Amino acid sequence: MRWVTIRARDGLASGAVPGTVQSIERAAAILRVVAGSGGTLGVTDIAAAVGLAKTTAHSLLRTLLHVGFVAQDPATGRYALGPGLLRLGTSLDVNELRARSSNWADALASRSGQAVRLATLAGTEVVVVHHVFRPDDSAQVLEVGTALPAHNTALGKVLLAHGAAHPPELAEVRAQGWAAERGEHEPGTGAIAAPVRAAGGLVVAALGVSGALTSLFDARGVPRSLLLAMVVDAAHAVSRELGHGGG
Amino acid sequence: MADRYVLAVDQGTTSTRSLVFDRGGRMVAVRQREHHQYFPRPGWVEHDPMEIWANTQRTAAQVLGDVPDAGDVVALGIANQRETTVVWDRVTGRPVTRALVWQDTRTADLVTELAARPDAGVVAERSGMAIAGYFSGPRLRWILDHVPRARERAERGELLFGTMETWLIWNLTGGPDGGVHVTDVTNASRTLLMDVRSCRWDPDLLAFFDIPAEMLPEIRPSVGVLGTATALNRALPIAGALGDQQAALFGQACFAPGEAKCTYGTGSFLLQNTGTELVRTRSGSISTVAYQLAGEPVRYALEGSVAVAGALVQWLRDGLGLISSAAEVETLARTVGDNGGCYVVPAFSGLLAPHWRGEARGLVAGLTSYVTKGHLARAVLEATGWQTRDVVQAMAADSGLSLPALRVDGGMTTNNLLMQFVADALDTPVVRPMVGETVSLGAAYAAGLAVGVWSDVEALRRNWHRSAQWTPTPERARALTAEYPRWERAVELSIAWGAP
Repeated sequence: MRWVTIRARDGLASGAVPGTVQSIERAAAILRVVAGSGGTLGVTDIAAAVGLAKTTAHSLLRTLLHVGFVAQDPATGRYALGPGLLRLGTSLDVNELRARSSNWADALASRSGQAVRLATLAGTEVVVVHHVFRPDDSAQVLEVGTALPAHNTALGKVLLAHGAAHPPELAEVRAQGWAAERGEHEPGTGAIAAPVRAAGGLVVAALGVSGALTSLFDARGVPRSLLLAMVVDAAHAVSRELGHGGG
Repeated sequence: MADRYVLAVDQGTTSTRSLVFDRGGRMVAVRQREHHQYFPRPGWVEHDPMEIWANTQRTAAQVLGDVPDAGDVVALGIANQRETTVVWDRVTGRPVTRALVWQDTRTADLVTELAARPDAGVVAERSGMAIAGYFSGPRLRWILDHVPRARERAERGELLFGTMETWLIWNLTGGPDGGVHVTDVTNASRTLLMDVRSCRWDPDLLAFFDIPAEMLPEIRPSVGVLGTATALNRALPIAGALGDQQAALFGQACFAPGEAKCTYGTGSFLLQNTGTELVRTRSGSISTVAYQLAGEPVRYALEGSVAVAGALVQWLRDGLGLISSAAEVETLARTVGDNGGCYVVPAFSGLLAPHWRGEARGLVAGLTSYVTKGHLARAVLEATGWQTRDVVQAMAADSGLSLPALRVDGGMTTNNLLMQFVADALDTPVVRPMVGETVSLGAAYAAGLAVGVWSDVEALRRNWHRSAQWTPTPERARALTAEYPRWERAVELSIAWGAP
């Protein structure tokens, strides 16, 4: 009668504490039950263990399945903890990030005619994780592994805006979902970048194009709309690839 | 004029994919469907041709629905897994047995027996390739010998033979109801039944393998209209067909002698264009047909196939559990600065080019207590680089052509450590194109070229753009040249280990 003990410890019989979100409490209770069961329980057992109606437990489990926090054995219907949960505490491997973003980065370079970079934050610097050449066959050097300053590059602004400090001057970047760089880093060149999110919604990287100022922005310094849409779409596509639901 | 698009079908080993490309050579839509792998006995690998045909129809119809106006799609090209063999009834359209896949090794005994015959020299002399179970002719012979009544029915003209492109073209053009029975010259060259100079079925080779000529498809150029596909939601000219590795060579725009590409997937496949000259090989590469444009002479290539490349990384992940995804091998390898004296020879089921030693078995050499999993990860990546050097050296010895740069594609090309190692080990720049889908792009190019979407191969060349380049560093290149004999010694040991 193992799940009876689980119910005594983790169930919801005492009711929710005022001021807390009930469905999150219920989901947490379900996760504890699933973690304790070692993958042996189906929806009926789980509902009984946490003291919820089966339909309520089912809809919570569907959501947890969707975000990757539980997994379901297709043959038996039983639930176990999902890969998304196991990855929560660890950062995404940068080489994995490159492999997963490669097709989208190629497509972005090909359509935009600009060089593409994917970067992650390392302390106060930005490290280039993936680089696709500008498709004009001119001499270019692979910049993977290169560190760039965070404060004056589009990639850096996106990462800082969504980082732990999220400085107020970058509130706009966070709100609009992209950042621009207009010659602050290198005179005459600019960039546009957008955030890449992992399964839980956390920003793990920035993806952007860079090139001549005149090819990225109009005379008033506004990003060319088609190009901006391509960058944002590509960043969404990579996010989806990483399991960020719905883009 | 509205933009014109080309549909490509990439019938591969694990899946069938339909893709649409625009005139810039950019992919605009893709649909994919996997098929079952049948392993009825150890060493046997089979596919269900009916399932593959259904997947082709389905993905092609879907992808035509994905483009805004399917009327703008003007041609269909096919690239296919090579040497996989299908035999079917020309009246019912049903295969007499499942397809024998290129990985299937059931013809090993038959091949040993055939190779021992005093007249076996005719095979290499005429087909350009040594007898090996790798090719489709021996598989066809196996079916004739083992499927009940297959031989007598084939002799009466009731059965048809084909590799995957032949099977799909026949079905696309009507199947039992007027289907066109053709193969392209690249696929035909992999049967051991074709005279590699005249590009015709060779009567002496047919006699040697005891194959009835009645069941063979007509050999056609790779680029040129083969028939009209009537089995899709709109009629389309089938205007190109190539074996998958030749398609990748075409998609990488390797049109000049010396230009070469290497596809890094489960295995690695390096092809170098040798122009209109057929190179007689002595060093372990294979001479093969690269492609043929209708009305033009055949272009040849040298090929070096390596069985295990990405599969070794998969083994590190699934067999040893040292990494949780293939890409993490680079992270693990970068925890150390060198291989710590460790070498991995991935001869899981023998070694293909340039050694051709089926008996070789894998080994890890140079273990000391100093070696960590990081060194092992590095040795795993280096094994793919060293094997590329083995193949490139053999080709250089055979063709005398220099390699200006190696064009790469496939999943492993996102691994920067490996790509830099290849550049240093070859002392040659390694370049990756913007479109990674080189196999399907090659099929699209072939078909589009035939119907005038592109004017000539120079137009295709202009579509090729570099997305990355790894340049050799002189001191690393010198150091790796000095280290290479150690790898060669490890290979010798793996051959000796597997010897009876």
